[in-house]
Amino acid sequence: MTASILVFPGSNCDIDIFNSISSISGEKPNLVWYSEKIPKNTDLVVIPGGFSFGDYLRSGSIAATSKIISHVKSLAIKGIPILGICNGFQILTEAKLLPGTLILNNNLKFICKEIYLKISNNKSLFTKELPNKIINMPIAHKMGNYRVSQNKLSELIDKNQIAFRYSSSKGACDSKSNPNGSVYNIAGVLSENNKILGMMPHPERFTNIIDKDVIMKTILKLILKC
Amino acid sequence: MYKVDIYVTLKKDVLDPQGKAIKQAAERANVENIIDVKQGKYFEVFINNLKSVKDAKTTGSLLSEKLLCNEVIEDYKIISVIKI
Repeated sequence: MTASILVFPGSNCDIDIFNSISSISGEKPNLVWYSEKIPKNTDLVVIPGGFSFGDYLRSGSIAATSKIISHVKSLAIKGIPILGICNGFQILTEAKLLPGTLILNNNLKFICKEIYLKISNNKSLFTKELPNKIINMPIAHKMGNYRVSQNKLSELIDKNQIAFRYSSSKGACDSKSNPNGSVYNIAGVLSENNKILGMMPHPERFTNIIDKDVIMKTILKLILKC
Repeated sequence: MYKVDIYVTLKKDVLDPQGKAIKQAAERANVENIIDVKQGKYFEVFINNLKSVKDAKTTGSLLSEKLLCNEVIEDYKIISVIKI
């Protein structure tokens, strides 16, 4: 199984993801510079966090116009799984591969801390293997406030496209457990066919020595067959 | 050459954390009677090789729809188109 990690000018989580995937699958993923082509045998595309193109205009908007994202769109049509983490999630929404958009955090601050997530859809390729309903993960972003129209939100709920919601350690999704103001405490969203996942929290950064790479491994287990 | 001025603003119902912070700062700066502030973006776009103001406006709209404005949260408005 081959994973390809896209690298834009300003990406800064590409090596973390590379190391995480290498350690869980035993195979080295491709690091693909944005002006190059995604290798043909790619089974998983990962768009890492960072500040692609300085996040000028809007987070992810410049990257979303790049040729490599057009290629990602054609892979999406073929049903190749795509995972966007943090800036990767922002790029996927700007590219219209996922609904909604991410704006400035409610408190105007860059937030770097550990949060709890409630798994909302536990049937997708990415979330099926996650054992518990509540998981702990770090976030690190300034533009993580998920916004979507009321109609679209109802549609996302009806179609079970919400992957993760910010919650308390006991699973309460309230304003207290919402770090950035996202509507409906949304932390991760799936495409309609469940093959594309965008999420603000960083599973690759979970480096608690005991749980190291456990979450990342569980998310990618079915795809990487590891 | 044409110069197209474009405003991009947040849609009415979208929460604007920066605008809210500016409003609060206005209170601290003792500027009274400010009810609300919304922050937006302003673009000056210079366009070449076109024949009319109408064409320049069309190009400005195209650029706004494709890039400058995110329709999920923002609206755009072409403020002026002038030949320079």
